[in-house]
Amino acid sequence: MAMKQPNAPHIAIVGAGPAGIRAAETLVAAGLHPMVIDEGARAGGQIFRRPPEWFARTGSELYGPEAGKAAALHSLFDQMTAAGQLTHRPSTSVVGLRDGRLHLLGPDGPESVAYSKLILATGASDRVAPIPGWQSAGVFTLGAAQIALKAQGVALGRSIVLVGSGPLLTLVGAQLVKAGARVEAVLDTATWRDQAHGFVALLSRPGLVLRGLSLRAALGRRYRAGITPERIETNERGPVAFLWSDMRGRRHCTPCDTVVMGWHLRAETHLAALAGCVFDYSESWSQWLPRMNALGRAGDGVYLAGDGFRLLGADGAEVTGRLAAAACLQDLGLPSPAIEADLVELARLERFSAGLARAFPWPSRLVRKHADCTVICRCENVTAGAIRAAAIRGGGDANRTKSLSRLGMGRCQGRYCELAGAEVIADATGCQPSDVGRLRVQAPIRPVPIGAYVGDMRQPDDKYPNRP
Amino acid sequence: MSQQGRILRLAERERPEIRFHLDGQMVIALAGDTLLTAVLTAAHSLRRSEFGPEGRAGFCLMGACQDCWIWQEGGPRLRACSTMVADGMRLLTQEPEAWP
Repeated sequence: MAMKQPNAPHIAIVGAGPAGIRAAETLVAAGLHPMVIDEGARAGGQIFRRPPEWFARTGSELYGPEAGKAAALHSLFDQMTAAGQLTHRPSTSVVGLRDGRLHLLGPDGPESVAYSKLILATGASDRVAPIPGWQSAGVFTLGAAQIALKAQGVALGRSIVLVGSGPLLTLVGAQLVKAGARVEAVLDTATWRDQAHGFVALLSRPGLVLRGLSLRAALGRRYRAGITPERIETNERGPVAFLWSDMRGRRHCTPCDTVVMGWHLRAETHLAALAGCVFDYSESWSQWLPRMNALGRAGDGVYLAGDGFRLLGADGAEVTGRLAAAACLQDLGLPSPAIEADLVELARLERFSAGLARAFPWPSRLVRKHADCTVICRCENVTAGAIRAAAIRGGGDANRTKSLSRLGMGRCQGRYCELAGAEVIADATGCQPSDVGRLRVQAPIRPVPIGAYVGDMRQPDDKYPNRP
Repeated sequence: MSQQGRILRLAERERPEIRFHLDGQMVIALAGDTLLTAVLTAAHSLRRSEFGPEGRAGFCLMGACQDCWIWQEGGPRLRACSTMVADGMRLLTQEPEAWP
C-alpha cells in the first residue's frame, strides 16, 4: 500500500472520468498518493456515469459495447480507493484556485487544499446553438438525455425531438429508442456532403464508423441530415412542436413535448483559465482551447487531460490521462512509464477527431442570422438584439459586450452562451470569433451559497479563500 | 403513481418508495431519484425563470448550467440534478413569499 509521506508532493487531480482515473493509476503505480476531486457521487465521469449502487441494470445495458471499458475503469478506481492509494473527494466542486491552493466545496462545506502539481481532467459539456424557444422548460442537452437514461433510467419526455450534430446525436437517439423512449425525429444540421468530407479521416477508426452507421440505421427514417432548425413552439408547460426545414427548403412541423440538442462538445476550461493557461482559438473546434505540449503540460505544474482540452472522446481521455501523469512524474524527477505507444495512439485519435470536426461542423451561419428577439443567453434571456447593440458599443470585444449586455454573467457563467455570443458579436462588428476574445473567468466557478463562507472554516488560517 | 409529469420512467422501477412534498402536495418518488427526476415525474418544471414567463426544468444534468435550482419551504435552494430526494423533503416550484 502506498502510504502518504509527509514530504511527498501533493498532486491534485480534478475529475474522475476516464482521464482522471488513468492519471491516478499512473501516479499510484509510481508510489504517489493523489487526491482526486470529482463532482460525481461515484467515479466514472459522464460517459461512464454510474447510477446509485442499488440500481439493477447490468453494465451491458448501461454502456452497450463499451461495458468492458466502463467496468475496467470503475473497478480500477474502486480498488485504488479501497486500498488507500488515493484520496477521493466525491460530490465536491473546485470553486477556485490561487497561490497553490484549491478551494473546494463539498458535502461538508468549504475546504482549502494545498497542491504542488495539478492535473485537470474536467471534461466537456454539450456545445449548444440557440434555437428560438430554447429557453423553455423541456429543452435539454444531448448529454442530459443520456445522463437521465443511464443514471436514473428515465426519458426526459414522452415525445422527443433530437437536434444538433456530431456522434452524440446519433448515439443518444439510438440509446433512447432502444430503451423504449418515443423519439419523433433525429435532426442533423450537417449535410451528407459535410459528412463525406470528414469520412476519410474517420476511417482511422473503422470500428467506430461501422458502429455509428449501424446506430444510424437503427434510427431509420427518424434521422434527417442537412436540416435547418426554425423554432421550438411552446406553451406554458414546454415544447409542443419543433419546426424545421429540410435540404430542399420544405418546412416541417414535428409535434413533441421535449427537445434535446447538442453540437458536439465544449471543453470545460474554467479551472485551466484560473490556473493561468494560455488559450488559442481552435478553428476546427470553433472554441478557445488551452495551449499545451503533446503530453498535456500547460504551465508550471499544470497538466491537462481528456475532453477538457482535446476533444478526443473517452478513449482519448484514457490516453491523455496517462500522458499527463507521465509528464507530471517527469517534472518531479521520478521514473515515468513508457509513453511511445500512447503517443502513437494519440496521433490516430487526433486524426479521427479532426474528421469528426469536419463531418459535423458547428452551425455558425445559423447562429449569426438569428432574429433580434432570439434568446442567446438562456440563463438571463439576453437576446441577439441586445448583444448586437452591446457589441457595436463595445467595439466587438467579448468582455465589453458582457459588461454592457450581461451575456455570460448568468449562473452558467458563459458555458452555454459564450460560443454563440461570439458568433453574434463577430457578425455584428464584421470580425471573426477569434477576434472577439475569450470571456474572462473569475472564481467562484460554480455558484456558492454565501452561507458556506460565513462562520467556521475547516482551516482557521484560511478563513476566506477566494471570497466571492 | 402520478403520470402527470414530464419525465417517463423506462427502467429501474423496483425501488423502495420515498415520500416528499411538492408545493404542499405529497408526491411519491423512488429511492435513488435525483430531485430533478422526482419532481419532474409529477410536474413540468422545477421553478419559474426570473427573466421571462417560462418555467425551467434543468438543461445539462451535469452541474454545469445551474438551471435546475429548486426552492425548499425552509433551508437553502438545492441543485436538483445532483441532490438525491429524501423522505419528508418539502420542495417548492415558486420562491417562498418570505424570500426578501
